[in-house]
Amino acid sequence: MSDQTVSEADLQAYADGKLPEERRAAVAAWLAAHPEDAERIEAYRQLAAELRNSYDGVLDEPVPERLERAIRSGRVRYAAMVAGWVGLGVLLGAIAGWQLHGAHPATLAPNADAADTMAHRAVVAHATYSPEVRHPVEVGADQEAHLVAWLSKRLGTQLRAPKLDAVGYSLVGGRLLPGENGPVAHFMYQCNRGTRVTLYVRADMGTNRSIAFRYAREGTVGVFYWVDSKLGYAVSSADISKEDLLSVANAAYQQLNPP
Amino acid sequence: MNEAKRLVELIPRLRRYARALVGDRATADDLVQDTLERAWAKLHLYRRGTDLRAWLFTVMHNVHVNRVRASRVTDTLEDEMPELAQRAPQGDALLVRDLDRAIGKLPAEQRAVLLLVTLEEMSYEEVARTLGIPIGTVMSRLSRARDKLRGMMQGQSTAAKLKVVK
Repeated sequence: MSDQTVSEADLQAYADGKLPEERRAAVAAWLAAHPEDAERIEAYRQLAAELRNSYDGVLDEPVPERLERAIRSGRVRYAAMVAGWVGLGVLLGAIAGWQLHGAHPATLAPNADAADTMAHRAVVAHATYSPEVRHPVEVGADQEAHLVAWLSKRLGTQLRAPKLDAVGYSLVGGRLLPGENGPVAHFMYQCNRGTRVTLYVRADMGTNRSIAFRYAREGTVGVFYWVDSKLGYAVSSADISKEDLLSVANAAYQQLNPP
Repeated sequence: MNEAKRLVELIPRLRRYARALVGDRATADDLVQDTLERAWAKLHLYRRGTDLRAWLFTVMHNVHVNRVRASRVTDTLEDEMPELAQRAPQGDALLVRDLDRAIGKLPAEQRAVLLLVTLEEMSYEEVARTLGIPIGTVMSRLSRARDKLRGMMQGQSTAAKLKVVK
């Protein structure tokens, strides 16, 4: 009751029965003094009731079989996509199969999109930093909390460094990189034989689309990558088999995109 | 899978919203089917623990926007045709038919807000999240939708009342 001014939003909320309890008396009093608005809000209430009357019947109609089937057929499609990862990977690898240090980058896939561009940059970052002995990362895993908080702040979104110990890789640390349009987070992992895997994270994909797992290979570096709306991820490594890299990428994917 | 079961449970609500959104039954069910297929394929992007209904309506909104965009050429041709050809009657009552046609005349973005608030009884915050617009925009679209709808229904109600009431 303290605030006597009544806004149009208050009136709409009143018509919808969504007004907080403490505002109701004030709005009711206001409506009592403004019959034109009272009439209008009453008309809104009636329209809402008529709308529900008109369409609520749909709720009781039997659901056409094709709609329930849509979920099942979607499942088949999704499963087929998962099974097709390897085949798709070979295809994309062939399309984008130009050498990292080769002479003709012009053979980049004609349908290359933002995700492919990201994958390429991830491969370059991997090739640049993974051979580093003394300075592979800017902030080490001993300061993991600080690292994640720092990169999250710079990318403007809450990031996570997935735990990959189950697949034999532990966090070395990470760094900030310049991306196409802004900062990029780069996490490095290492197995006990010294093989390194890097996770490249972009938070500015600028698309609402999501792209499921893709695979590409440039030179010796293989990369699995995917896009979850504005977030783009790429997991790269050299000198490990595609199957091993897939299991690492899968472990990261499971944690970064919980089902 | 738990989500699959919940998706199935939400189908009637998707159908109700779609029917009010696009008018005729077959087109509405096509929209629902596209939505379900897409939602199922994208389910790995749904964050467990968040509102599946809101997520599903977001998917439906995106599918609908894409479909409308794709059929824009057809729409301009259909503009020449009588209104009833686009929005088939829902029931016997004249009032229902008028209301359905009036809703069809609302701008799409206002229609979506009005239907989510009225049929789905979403909070304004949920509508804002579902459609990806600020809450102030939700309120102004809601206000304008109702204003227009009331104007259209007033024009028709005199005739309807003579037949329906008293």
